Amino acid sequence: MNWGSTSDFLAMGGYGLYVWGSFGVTAAALLVEVILVRQRLRNTRRALRREISANRNSQD
Amino acid sequence: MNAFGSVLRRDLLLATRRKSEVLTALFFFMIVVSLFPLGIGPESAILRRIAPGVLWVAALLAAMLSLNRLFAGDYQDGTLEQLALSPTPLALLVGGKILAHWLTSGLPLVVLAPVLGLQFDLPAEALGVMMLSLLLGTPLLSLIGAIGAALTLGVRGGGVLLSLLVLPLYIPTLIFGAGAVEAYTAGLGAGANLSLLGALLALAVFFAPWAATAALRIALE
Amino acid sequence: MTPSSINWFKFAAPARFYPLAGRLWPWFAAIGTLLGLVGLWISFFVAPTDFQQGEGYRIIFIHVPASWMSMFIYCVMAFYALLGVTFNTRLAGMMSSALAPTGALFAFLSLWTGALWGKPMWGTWWVWDARLTSELILFFLYVGYIALTAAIDDPRRADKAGFIVSLVGVVNVPVIYFSVKWWNTLHQGASVSLTKAPSMATTMLLGMLIMALAFWAYTIAMALYRVRAIILERERNATWVAELPEMKS
Repeated sequence: MNWGSTSDFLAMGGYGLYVWGSFGVTAAALLVEVILVRQRLRNTRRALRREISANRNSQD
Repeated sequence: MNAFGSVLRRDLLLATRRKSEVLTALFFFMIVVSLFPLGIGPESAILRRIAPGVLWVAALLAAMLSLNRLFAGDYQDGTLEQLALSPTPLALLVGGKILAHWLTSGLPLVVLAPVLGLQFDLPAEALGVMMLSLLLGTPLLSLIGAIGAALTLGVRGGGVLLSLLVLPLYIPTLIFGAGAVEAYTAGLGAGANLSLLGALLALAVFFAPWAATAALRIALE
Repeated sequence: MTPSSINWFKFAAPARFYPLAGRLWPWFAAIGTLLGLVGLWISFFVAPTDFQQGEGYRIIFIHVPASWMSMFIYCVMAFYALLGVTFNTRLAGMMSSALAPTGALFAFLSLWTGALWGKPMWGTWWVWDARLTSELILFFLYVGYIALTAAIDDPRRADKAGFIVSLVGVVNVPVIYFSVKWWNTLHQGASVSLTKAPSMATTMLLGMLIMALAFWAYTIAMALYRVRAIILERERNATWVAELPEMKS
């Protein structure tokens, strides 16, 4: 084990800002990408559903 | 080969009818180059040091300015479709257009460069190397730029997009071109840089018209 | 709008690929998360403190894999471009454009973590090193691809233009890398050499490898996830879309 305590772990031997800046931004960026794509898929589905039901109603 | 010549002649004739467009790019080149001493200061040691880079970057930007109209006019008036239907391979005709573009936009820069180099206090032999590097490098700009021009044909925001696509691909040309002059001034000799530029040019002559033709066919579909 | 009946690739038809991608992406997402957790564990708890660089070197556990992925994804895009040009399958273009944003993201992350590594190690955020500079140019190439395909309204034309851009780009990447390296040696006095990295310990290599695999699984999951949205957007008028279970409500 490298770390004696949680504060030790967060400090990263004085490099905390750089290490957590890298890992944090990477995690955040990947998460944001997932959210954006999920929104895109959801919006597309919603628009298509509306379109399809409108077509069905007009055919009836 | 006959068709190649007639496309070349036609494009050159068109350029002489629209002199202002050719001249605008030239003056743009001159103005951009002249701005650097004003922004940096007139010390000749620094100017001599940055001259190759400044001239080369200005040449890249000036090339961007004229690339837009490489295919745009022919695309709008339907000439491009006629060229695509002709029995001569389209790549050859595109090659003719690229050569015409270089003669009207690249070659004047080569001629103008030593005059501008004097503003930067470049010694005479360095001016010669500069001209040689531009002579080898500016055709590359026309060739690579033609691919970008064909891809952005009729696309909205085409001009800005073109620079976004093409400028990163110009980086090797910039490095070897400006590097030739710097290597010469540093006493290393410009031979290696110039031969690399020549190698790139030989590759681009074969592949760029072909890629530009593929891109044009997409635009014409 | 039904795809042509002659299909060498059974799943190359968007109607077939849409449900397949839907079934596959959660698996890759799970693999990616799992490997990511293992990678994080190795990079923080297994890998010992570096005697030269202290704890700051732990950044390379994401910096190097992100750089690898950004280059690898560009090659995969070019591979799809080649498929698209030779076999004219619609899926190739969709996969290519589904991969591009993730590739650009990894290129950005590589630059970002590179800057954060450079600051404590060499005292500057940015070094005009051959690798960093090439990565920046790679990022520009991604941006150019995305901007061009986004600016063309007709998706088929956008795909084909994208094929040409990625093929021209992939041919140019080695030339650019070589030229930047050349430029770097010419101006050696002006920059710091990054090649003096400490000899890699096995644990470090293992950590980077597992992180790279995690990013790889993540990329596949994201590409499959995004391609589902792209397929729906493009096939909106196809009958199979109207018959999807998620469209009935």
